Amino acid sequence: MADAELKAGTRLRSQVSEVEVVVVRPSSAPLVLACGGEPMVSLEGAPASVPAGSTDGEPTLLGKRYVDEETGLELLCTKGGAGSLDVDGRALTVKGAKPLPSSD
Amino acid sequence: MELGLLLEMAVSADTDRVLVGRHEDGLTAADLYRRARRGSRLISQAGATHVVFIAANGPAFPVALFAAAIAGVPMVPLNYRLPPEQLARLVEQNAPAMVIADELVSAAVRLPAATVTPHAWLASVADGNDDPGAGMGTVDADDVALLLYTSGTTAEPKAAVLRHRNLSAYVLSTVEFASAGNAEATLVSVPPYHIAGVANAVTNVYAGRRIVYLEAFTPQDWLRTVRDESITHALVVPTMLARIVEHLEGADRADTPSLRSLAYGGAPMPRRVIERALELFPDTGFVNAYGLTETSSTIALLSPEDHRAVAASQDETVRSRLSSVGRAIPGIELQIRSDDGEPCQPGTAGQLWVRGEQVAGEYRGQTDTTDSWFCTRDQARLDADGFLFIDGRVDDTIIRGGENIAPAEIEEVLLQHPQVADVVVVGLPDEEWGQKIAAVIVARPGCQLAMDDVQAWARDKLRSSKTPQVLLQVDELPRTDTGKLLRRQIVAELVN
Repeated sequence: MADAELKAGTRLRSQVSEVEVVVVRPSSAPLVLACGGEPMVSLEGAPASVPAGSTDGEPTLLGKRYVDEETGLELLCTKGGAGSLDVDGRALTVKGAKPLPSSD
Repeated sequence: MELGLLLEMAVSADTDRVLVGRHEDGLTAADLYRRARRGSRLISQAGATHVVFIAANGPAFPVALFAAAIAGVPMVPLNYRLPPEQLARLVEQNAPAMVIADELVSAAVRLPAATVTPHAWLASVADGNDDPGAGMGTVDADDVALLLYTSGTTAEPKAAVLRHRNLSAYVLSTVEFASAGNAEATLVSVPPYHIAGVANAVTNVYAGRRIVYLEAFTPQDWLRTVRDESITHALVVPTMLARIVEHLEGADRADTPSLRSLAYGGAPMPRRVIERALELFPDTGFVNAYGLTETSSTIALLSPEDHRAVAASQDETVRSRLSSVGRAIPGIELQIRSDDGEPCQPGTAGQLWVRGEQVAGEYRGQTDTTDSWFCTRDQARLDADGFLFIDGRVDDTIIRGGENIAPAEIEEVLLQHPQVADVVVVGLPDEEWGQKIAAVIVARPGCQLAMDDVQAWARDKLRSSKTPQVLLQVDELPRTDTGKLLRRQIVAELVN
């Protein structure tokens, strides 16, 4: 998807699997976000014809945060599924958990 | 993002995990979700623009909180102990509202005819159609999730505005999703009109940790519930921990083997209480959490490792960190500024400013931030390693002969006196000095207070300009339910 729509709070879904994400931190530059090699679409968007994406590789995991170091884009996976995430062909990485003691 | 989505994720992670109540008959993630959706339908059908909750904490609260979130209307928890006229006024300010109130409140306060009890609310969402309804608008992260009246110890209460994006930013930066094991359970004894009482409902659901409510706090019930329910996590305000410690007087250990984490916050913790608590709960990790309503709860914390390391140190600089609130949590920037707005050097006291996505700094009809920085109006210091020390509210600072004096420093010293159980230090008008220092003291049970002796104790440990000139003994100090001292009331009584 184009950068204009990748603002914080935007929800997107994969065209090749169940995967859904929400943008936690926007990117500093325009980019195309894909799952399984196919561009992700707006959650409300009409389903496209089934594209020939790839569901090989690492699945995208519920509750994990995915980041693109280069642009600062950060996503939260709200529904897990097959297919890995990338932007402009760059694989996103899982943001490491920082263990913080429970404060409430 | 929206709070409803956090609950949806918890359902996807572990549908059948009990999240609220007892293992045997509590609400699972799916139960909570279905009830919240039915509740959201009732809210929209009633045409309510707010959900007002005036009851003790219990399972009805998280259901109502998420129902309001899904319906896209603000949740407004009110203090059920407020005078009836004030409660009626606050309900009116939030009309038209779906009101959930305890019987005792309904009996005393004029409330809308459709007001329901927490019990009736839970019954009304126990079954039926859980499609929130097609007519409902979608919820935006920018919508208001919570209106929370500040405790107003120094001014009239005002409604702090917290948006979905503020609360979810707090959750994402402090909690790892689904990180709680199936055996974890948290005991909540803070009321729902306290920010920690709201935040824990969301953070624990997100972590997958079961929430057990203690409706009315007593040390006996708290300890019994920790043991019976194998509680692993708990949050208390300092007055509660002081009562638990007092109740355990003479005991070697608290005998709560399941308790891994005990967080405290909401008001300053007397060092004597926390030092004794560390002895009584040797296997429990203590967390001192500092935050404000306007910052979506915790912004700094002193971790279990900090507590033990600090308590074990011989170095007084390190030991004094037991009186600190620790360091900023991820996503939070802290800055100490002088009265003219310039950043202060480490160790220098000034006003605490804070910035981060969880920081709302907004009141109804008014934004109170500058370049996203919010002034907490707390007088504070940061040491060279980033440990934050809170000296009290800026409004409580005593100005004597041009010198700014934080009451907390004097209170800390007086509390170490063996005969002093509780104390508040305030400034009183004085012709010569502008203000003079007064200490109002509660004696320990069975102790006869010698005021000359207490004054000499203070003079010995503080400069003479910080030694209280007026010392008075009382039976009890006025505090809010969450342990905050009502200083204005004390000053008013002394002046009159």
